[in-house]
Amino acid sequence: MAGINMVFAGFGGQGILFTGKVCAYSGLMEEKEVSWLPSYGPEMRGGTANCSVCISDEPIGSPLVLTPDALIAMNIQSYDKFIGAVVPGGVAVVDSTLVDKKTDRDDIKAFYVPATQMANDLQLQGLANIILLGKLLKETGFASMEAVEKALAKCVPPRKQHLLEPNMRAIKAGMEA
Amino acid sequence: MAVVFEKPHALADITFHYCPGCTHGIIHRLVAEVMDELGIEGKTVGVCPVGCSVMAYDYFNCDMIEAAHGRAPAVATGVKRALPDNVVFTYQGDGDLAAIGTAETVHSATRGENITVIFVNNAIYGMTGGQMAPTTLPGQVTQTTPYGRDTNTAGYPVRVCEMLSTLSGVALAQRVAVDTVPHINEAKKAIKKAFQNQLDGKGFSIVEVLSTCPTNWGLTPVEALQWLRDNMMPYYPLGVYKDVEEGVKK
Amino acid sequence: MKGNEALGEAALRAGCRHFFGYPITPQTELSAYLSKVMPKVGGTFLQAESEIAAINMVLGAASAGVRAMTSSSSPGISLKCEGISYIAGSDLPCVIVNVQRGGPGLGGIQPSQADYWQATRAPGHGDLHAIVFAPSTVQEMVDIVFRAFDKADEYRMPSMILADGMLGQMMEPVEFPEREVHKVEKPWATNGHKGERKHNIVNSLFLQPQQLEDKVKERFARYDLVKQNEVLAEEYLTEDADIVLVAYGASSRISRSAVNSAREKGIKAGLIRPITLWPFPEKNIQAACKTAKAFLTVEMSMGQMVDDVRLAVNGARPVYFYGRTGGIIPSPAEVLGQIEEISGGVK
Repeated sequence: MAGINMVFAGFGGQGILFTGKVCAYSGLMEEKEVSWLPSYGPEMRGGTANCSVCISDEPIGSPLVLTPDALIAMNIQSYDKFIGAVVPGGVAVVDSTLVDKKTDRDDIKAFYVPATQMANDLQLQGLANIILLGKLLKETGFASMEAVEKALAKCVPPRKQHLLEPNMRAIKAGMEA
Repeated sequence: MAVVFEKPHALADITFHYCPGCTHGIIHRLVAEVMDELGIEGKTVGVCPVGCSVMAYDYFNCDMIEAAHGRAPAVATGVKRALPDNVVFTYQGDGDLAAIGTAETVHSATRGENITVIFVNNAIYGMTGGQMAPTTLPGQVTQTTPYGRDTNTAGYPVRVCEMLSTLSGVALAQRVAVDTVPHINEAKKAIKKAFQNQLDGKGFSIVEVLSTCPTNWGLTPVEALQWLRDNMMPYYPLGVYKDVEEGVKK
Repeated sequence: MKGNEALGEAALRAGCRHFFGYPITPQTELSAYLSKVMPKVGGTFLQAESEIAAINMVLGAASAGVRAMTSSSSPGISLKCEGISYIAGSDLPCVIVNVQRGGPGLGGIQPSQADYWQATRAPGHGDLHAIVFAPSTVQEMVDIVFRAFDKADEYRMPSMILADGMLGQMMEPVEFPEREVHKVEKPWATNGHKGERKHNIVNSLFLQPQQLEDKVKERFARYDLVKQNEVLAEEYLTEDADIVLVAYGASSRISRSAVNSAREKGIKAGLIRPITLWPFPEKNIQAACKTAKAFLTVEMSMGQMVDDVRLAVNGARPVYFYGRTGGIIPSPAEVLGQIEEISGGVK
């Protein structure tokens, strides 16, 4: 894999920026070049949030991803905004609990995972984002499972390390979805 | 022959550029005498304003900085934070301290910056030729209030000591004058206290000195002193507005 | 680490213990970071009452002989211009960070490069310059902070780091190499003469025109040394390039992607990336004139650095410009389109 450019998009508070960070750290654990670029400003305050993540063998040019190889969309607005931008052959992972649309594009691989519902059912409240990341991991192989686990350990704050186990369960649930 | 009177060491041997009858000279001397008496010239850094005392950096023998208009308290803050064991003072006029530099004055005071501020209030912009100052009295004629300061359009004069004395960061706020010998002695005591406060780590200390501007007031030096007593002192009463014995620092 | 935080950590490691700032998006993480760590190392973090006060506190701390820094974003830098002029006029070293956003006026808060003219032409009133650095990665931000402090001390002038909202907000891996802090003697500092020397005066006022001219000329002789010795630029695939792009900071990364795409399509494109904007790498541009058929300057502005490119090219080759403004980051595809268009014309 020479490189993969990704967009993570949803509402503020869904852990979108965190998901992107875990993804970028996973690349870093494998000593790849990585970048993480968040949207910022008033739109962060409860509105839509998104971030661009690049993982590459080469130095990263533009860290702003306009045409992603892979997309995670966690609300309708983000889905509408980015689904058309996914490159042909790319991957889209959509939280189908929150987005009741399906794309008519047949040149991309779209996966509809009821992640928010699954998180509730599996006692993994608040981890729908990580379930979707698990699905993205399975479909793109942006990093190894081991790297994702290390990345989660890095990104979960020291005082919340007990959340590591549920996060890993969420990844696995996503991979199996 | 015994020497009974000499120039303070902290005052440079240079002819001042001040107008005849201006009281900046007296105030400079008092500051220098205090530096001598406290033995602090070698560790003092002074910050000059923009205004008549803009060239005071040449007149004191301690290290000096020339600040932009109104910014002396911010510059002094930078120096004091870098060199907490040194003594840092500003010497500012009314336009500098109470107009363009109001924010810097109020906020260095409310932070309780451990600095000393010498504030020379002569109710006019002297260096630029006599325009209205923030402390120009109601009805006072200046170049830019040719019909006298109309408080309806030009507002009211700022009473700096009264205003700053409401702030918790101020350790000393005192207004003095240098029109008579007893007042000069009192002024020196206040200035010394303002420096001593800093040495004791008590916090922001300001001494406001009512001063004359015979040139721009259009009066002789003696008339100017009388005008100050008759007009400025009623609006700006002398006295101690705040004096926190234990200082404002916890 | 976020670019803004990396700037803060690098400043600490470069020996800066005095930071004065005022909150403004998109540079706030820098202040927040330093407010956390400065107290732990016995340093000063002070949130000033205004941008103006902050830059003047820097002036005071620099006068006292310590390494001092402030940071802001475009509208805040305009307020600091007064202080920057006094700092330059008083021959004081310091570091000023501008995490640029869209303007003019309140503008926007998204990334921009529209303060190039301000930084390189007139960071304040009067005849003066600041050394202006333009990092393009988070790692380079770190390296440049060290350099900015060193060069400011060496030449007794302000250094400015011209970043943008993208570089400030983005996260990239970063390493902090072990580096010695350069200690520079500052015999001019106003730190108390202790009875051991004549009193020092830090001042920018010279009422005699001759005295002032002499002072300014002495400063410009130093600026000449900076021009001779401190120009930095990176060249990418320029040796055989028909079309040479010129871009700095965030837009240089987009341009680099576009150059790669152009090469894949068989167009010989290259990139000159100025790392110092003042002094400007005019020699790199002039050297490229020998092989290049055309230049394309890419900026997140309506075209500011392109002036310097044109001055360096001096009519020898056509100089094209492509830019987006208002906080819009041009896409590699847009830039590639420009390259293709020019390529069609110069074949």
